[in-house]
Amino acid sequence: MSELFYAGGLIAIVSTLLVIVQSNVVHALIYLVLSLLAVAVVFFSLGAPFVALLEAIVYAGAIMVLFLFVVMMLNLGQASRDQERAWLPPRVWIVPCTLVLVLLGMLLPQIFEIAAVTNSPFVEVGVKAVSAELFGPYVLAVELGSFLLLAGLISAYHIAKR
Amino acid sequence: MGWIEWQVGSGLNIASILLVVIVVAAMLIWVERRLLGFWQDRLGPNRVGPFGLLQVVADMIKIFTKEDWVPPFADRFSFVLAPTIIMIVILLSFSVVPFAPGVGVVDSNVGVLFVLAMASLGAYSVMLGGLSSDNKYALLGSLRAAAQMVSYEVFMGISLLGVVALAGTFNLREIVEVQENGWFVVPQFVGFLIFLIAGVAESHRLPFDIPEAEQEICAGYHTEYSGMKFGMFFVGEYLGLVLISSLITVLFFGGWHGPFGIGLLPPLVWFALKASAFIAFFILLRAAIPRPRYDQLMSYGWLFLLPLSLINLLVTGVVILAAN
Amino acid sequence: MSTARKNSALTTLAVLVRDTLTSQVVTLWKVFRHLWVPTDTVQYPEQQPAMASRWRGRIVLTRDPDGEERCVACNLCAVACPVDCIALQKTEDESGRWKPEFFRINFSRCIMCGFCEEACPTNAIQLTPDFEMAEYKRQDMVWEKEDLLISGTGKYHDTNFYRVAGKAVAGKDKGEARNEAQPVDVRSLLP
Repeated sequence: MSELFYAGGLIAIVSTLLVIVQSNVVHALIYLVLSLLAVAVVFFSLGAPFVALLEAIVYAGAIMVLFLFVVMMLNLGQASRDQERAWLPPRVWIVPCTLVLVLLGMLLPQIFEIAAVTNSPFVEVGVKAVSAELFGPYVLAVELGSFLLLAGLISAYHIAKR
Repeated sequence: MGWIEWQVGSGLNIASILLVVIVVAAMLIWVERRLLGFWQDRLGPNRVGPFGLLQVVADMIKIFTKEDWVPPFADRFSFVLAPTIIMIVILLSFSVVPFAPGVGVVDSNVGVLFVLAMASLGAYSVMLGGLSSDNKYALLGSLRAAAQMVSYEVFMGISLLGVVALAGTFNLREIVEVQENGWFVVPQFVGFLIFLIAGVAESHRLPFDIPEAEQEICAGYHTEYSGMKFGMFFVGEYLGLVLISSLITVLFFGGWHGPFGIGLLPPLVWFALKASAFIAFFILLRAAIPRPRYDQLMSYGWLFLLPLSLINLLVTGVVILAAN
Repeated sequence: MSTARKNSALTTLAVLVRDTLTSQVVTLWKVFRHLWVPTDTVQYPEQQPAMASRWRGRIVLTRDPDGEERCVACNLCAVACPVDCIALQKTEDESGRWKPEFFRINFSRCIMCGFCEEACPTNAIQLTPDFEMAEYKRQDMVWEKEDLLISGTGKYHDTNFYRVAGKAVAGKDKGEARNEAQPVDVRSLLP
């Protein structure tokens, strides 16, 4: 499974980079979907197929569809692409890239340390286990999350009614 | 480790499933036209080969030799990507379908969710196709498709949960094995109806072909497509039809089990019979039922199917709890 | 108020269910039964369709019972033609009969409306029950007089224009036509 993990991770990193540098917003969204699917593969390789498929259904399948839906409404043409390019010349990237590299340099030793400690064998966490956790110790968080969603639902209904 | 254990058949098995599924989907083009013909007191295509069986070959030759044209105003990357998505996504969904004991690709513990995930990714095909065409009718079609597919995924998922709760597993093969002594269509009849309607909407076939309503918006999202790129959308639609019929068979009609424990025929034949019956039913739907208006489709889904599927799930849960 | 609204919601639901059963399911059953209804299709090349004799198809130029051309080149058909597909030029033969020098119908424009047949005073131009006129070259759709002229009288067997018209032609002088009085000699005073 580790090959799958590294392949998924690599695709996720590359496609996320492509999301950032794209000037065409539709292409950026396609790469973002790819990145989310790659993350789903990573979850799968870590033995969490349920979470992997929820990632694919909810993030890649529903939320990104809504993103694309909004992009359709906006009627973005060549003008917005040119503007995007004008806003992001290469020199703008220097400072953020340096900061990110510094962060990466600090993170890498930690990651290798953790990897050395928890090189645990592959254990599949099934749907039942996840559900038992969600409705056992974390039931309060689930209920709070559903409250939040209900509030969002009601406000959306209110806005749509006006 | 994991996925090797999940594999059901050999490599030959997998290759033959892929081949059979694609050939069946292609033959459905002919089957649908002939059945529609009979239901409209016509004959349908009967010229090419015996009973017109080679019509598919003629169509394939036509579609392959057509000019593979990308409009100069289209966004080339998304335009080429869009039709491949629907083919790949639906063919991937077939990997978790248990056709018969020992026949299948993967025996996944999350098969139902996998099918739902692939169905939700299928929405990108129509959306990107319409968006990249840079054509108002295509855009309208893909807007409709996006709203329709995202909405009906919800009811599809919830209607399946009753079956999952009864079977106690997300594994499609285990769901079939549980149904040996009784099909889920009896306790889950409402769920079956909702899944049927949502399945038609999800594969956007008539009467719910609102994204490609010819009379209103040309051909909807595939207005600008021609040649094999259109062919992929076209065959993708029939693949979706086969998939939905197989899923109904697996989830509600006992998969490869005969009715009332009758085992006269081989399991694969039972499966094929049931799936073909549903395919014919979907074609009958196309022949008989007119297309609803777009807002009617949405309000029917959110105001009728959603509460109904939630009530169905609630009642199923209560019954299971009471039985335990 | 709230009970009324609840009732209306329930009524809507009941109406929806009833409509689904009575309309959609019945429709499905009725369409399904058409599987056993014999088809209306005519298997065309092997099985010829039954053509009515007044079918408006390929245009012909007919001859009168004497075997002479009926067309007198009056140009009324060309005037009546809504798509201007008829072109002809009048000429006169040695017997004094008027006839077209050329008569050309462009069948790639013709819409088979039959206005030319209605306009024709001599029943010369007629539409026939024949529709198999496909050609590989567009130029072949333009038919000349030799292609249009048939040897018979077509649908109207008795029309014979020069036998009723006052025009003098060879073999029929003035006053010799059917129901025609002898011409009045305006220079004579005798009754």
